[in-house]
Amino acid sequence: MTRHARRRFLTYLVAAPSLAVATKIGLDAYAPGNADAAIPTPPAPADLVDLGDLLILAGKPTANMLVLSVNEDGDVHFRLPREEVGQGLTTAVAMLVAEELDTPLDRVHIQLDDARPELLLNQLTGSSNSIRSLYDPVRHTAAAARARMVGAAADRWGLKARELTVRAGVVVASDGRTASYGSLSAAAASLEPVALTVTPKKESEHILVGTPTSRIDARALVTGKHAYTLDLDVPGAKPCMVRRPPTVNGTVKAVNNESAVRAMPGVLDVVTLDTGVAVVAETFGQALDAKEALDVTWGPGTVDALSDDDIRARLKAATPSLDVLGVLVKKVEAEFDFAFASHAPMETNSAVADVRADRAEIWSGLKSPIAAQAAIAKAVGLPVSEVTVHVVQSGGSFGRRLFHDAALEAAVVSKKSGRAVRLMWSRIDDMRHGRMRPATHHRVRATYAAGQVLTFQHQVAAVETDFRHGLGDAVTAAAADLPTGIGNATFAQTLFLTTVKSPYNFGVTTQALTEVPLKMHTGSWRSVYSANTRGAEEIVVDELAAKLGKDPVAFRRAFLKTARQRAVLDKVAAAGDWGRSLPGGWAQGVGFHEEYKSCTACLVEIDATDPKKPRVTKAVIAADVGRVINPRGLEAQLLGGLTDAISTTLRAGLHIDRGLPLEGSYSQFHYARQKDSPRDVKIFVIEGADEPGGAGELGVPAAVGAVANAYARATGTRPRSFPVNFDVDFTPFPR
Amino acid sequence: MPSHTFSVNGETVTVDAPDDLPLLWALRDLLGVRGPKYGCGIDVCKACTSHLDGEAVRPCVVPVSEAAGREVTTIEGLADGDRLHPVQEAWLEQDVAQCGYCQPGQIMAAVALLKRTRNPTDADIDEIANVCRCGTYFRIREAIKSAADRMA
Repeated sequence: MTRHARRRFLTYLVAAPSLAVATKIGLDAYAPGNADAAIPTPPAPADLVDLGDLLILAGKPTANMLVLSVNEDGDVHFRLPREEVGQGLTTAVAMLVAEELDTPLDRVHIQLDDARPELLLNQLTGSSNSIRSLYDPVRHTAAAARARMVGAAADRWGLKARELTVRAGVVVASDGRTASYGSLSAAAASLEPVALTVTPKKESEHILVGTPTSRIDARALVTGKHAYTLDLDVPGAKPCMVRRPPTVNGTVKAVNNESAVRAMPGVLDVVTLDTGVAVVAETFGQALDAKEALDVTWGPGTVDALSDDDIRARLKAATPSLDVLGVLVKKVEAEFDFAFASHAPMETNSAVADVRADRAEIWSGLKSPIAAQAAIAKAVGLPVSEVTVHVVQSGGSFGRRLFHDAALEAAVVSKKSGRAVRLMWSRIDDMRHGRMRPATHHRVRATYAAGQVLTFQHQVAAVETDFRHGLGDAVTAAAADLPTGIGNATFAQTLFLTTVKSPYNFGVTTQALTEVPLKMHTGSWRSVYSANTRGAEEIVVDELAAKLGKDPVAFRRAFLKTARQRAVLDKVAAAGDWGRSLPGGWAQGVGFHEEYKSCTACLVEIDATDPKKPRVTKAVIAADVGRVINPRGLEAQLLGGLTDAISTTLRAGLHIDRGLPLEGSYSQFHYARQKDSPRDVKIFVIEGADEPGGAGELGVPAAVGAVANAYARATGTRPRSFPVNFDVDFTPFPR
Repeated sequence: MPSHTFSVNGETVTVDAPDDLPLLWALRDLLGVRGPKYGCGIDVCKACTSHLDGEAVRPCVVPVSEAAGREVTTIEGLADGDRLHPVQEAWLEQDVAQCGYCQPGQIMAAVALLKRTRNPTDADIDEIANVCRCGTYFRIREAIKSAADRMA
């Protein structure tokens, strides 16, 4: 045993206690609210098994390979095999650990795990799945640790474990003797492993879990002490930036002034990559000047001839037609377009790399680090075991950091340059050559008769989403557990069908995806297909209600499937004073969404007196995500989803012009600012039962529907193309 | 190489750098002061917001030569030792930060606003143009109001 190992106690559980996955929900759960009001719609595939269920199943063999240690000072350290990007996961997990161990929250420290290939399919942060997949394993691990602490105290005192209790990290005997976790950690380490019959606390006994709790890293974040990737002190690591081509996926043909650029102040090296030309310098200011000074002859990219009009036409052509109907059938039909949208996290794509002849060390914000490690090992010609990949808490993601492109570039530059580098993408490159949510086209039709909706059809065409970041392996591994109804769908269609579903009893309901393969830098963007797909459907729901002469809230109430769904809708209608009178040019709008075993409703008020400058003035949100770990963190996620929806519905998108996005900064990609945000926001968490549902992406689609519906009612228009105000109101940066 | 002497968070520093090197890179790369963040480099996102002689500026567009002889305050210099500035306290109370990357700039912008206006209106708060991509704006608004109360 090493000295280090003697000083602390480890629990490292390999065998898995039983986990409940893929709960089947029968038709009986879907009795409509009013039996006369709606024609029941059978469960969709995503009602039976959603993407999160598949990821839990795929990760199950290694789900309990979690590492928790208690030091002699009593501090608890937990290694989290996920990424923190602002979603508050480290706080929620620390709460679970503190709860099971009966120790104060501030004694629990969460460290993001390095890439651990032995975790196989269980180190991917996405699909709103972290709490869902970790809730049971984290509690079991911490409960086992607590049992060992109590066992060590029982041995010391010659008492039975059941005679002991734990208070604030101190084991207490009935005769008043006490022993702190710190004093027991060495003895606990030498105990025989505790049998896996250890069960976590009953949820009714939770004290901390379920209580609004502030972020464990809040103080570091407000004092500037938190170190993001480029704030790390890696000895000798020099600033590095990359000059990128004038079109997406363009190639380097020749660097025409390399020696002149090498002679510029502070420049240390110039390295040609597959993706551009990198400059290493003493400061980022000098690296930026030098990369701008490069004269490069570029080869063509992959979509040079394409602009928005072409892409939209291709999407429209790819959208399957809906069935021919008789002329007497009453229907609502609509087609929608959604623009590309940048992930645009505040911290641009970045990584630190130190690649030596025999080993490599990488630091980056990575949501799929095992895939990154494999790609980097291959690129620098080292065995995976010699490539250490540190996962760094990072400045936003929204899906972006599923990809490891910055880490790969940094590793290649470090190897070629023979020095450690800190590589940073410029904001312009981050928007133009970074990832984006694919543009989509939608064809929706609902038919109705005698006050009932008979059919609901939705055909979606999307530019292909790049999922090549490890998600495919996980879904493939769990494919045998897919419900019927998916059959031999393509990978993207499988993701679509396991994430998108209609919450309404609209009779025969079909939702389908067709992809248009264009070689662009796409990727999952918070809520993946649902923001556009379900957002468009919520608009159609309002139009259906109008055709049937119903109020939008009353209509939804009548056609939603469960009491749980109606509860969140009722909450926003009551708290938001639905139907109150507003001045001309103002209106309310409502939206509903359900995914990953959670549901939410959103009510907004909009001031669209100037339709070109609408402002959402108020928002009321209610959500039921099942078991809630941290209501305060959940509210933060819903607030973020609301802002995303306001932005992408009203103003924020990317224009593609001859193979490149025009937008290059936040002055052009109009993500909301303070002046675009509501001054009044109320969020209600409705405590649900059972296991936790997904919550990280939940808020976006309902809010898209609410904002679009409010805008439509305020302006008397039928918005069909999003964002609604999408002029090129800027001079693009040079290519 | 020209030499520039100025104060950073109460400490006198001297850096050798070209006159036009943005102050942001002098702070981050030459002085190791990494609270101010790069987000755009052109005074759009305002993530690097810091104070120059008590006024909010964006170091990404301030040449280091302009700082000579003046006082630079970054997020690291806002607290008094372990005692946080009331605006930082308000940020904790409202649990504002999500990813946190823009928050040093948001806090420095809020401190500057409260210096100009002790009781900022909603319209005053709307004028803070710092981008928060996590969309925490409502909590920022509540925190500024709470800080104004604390400082009254």
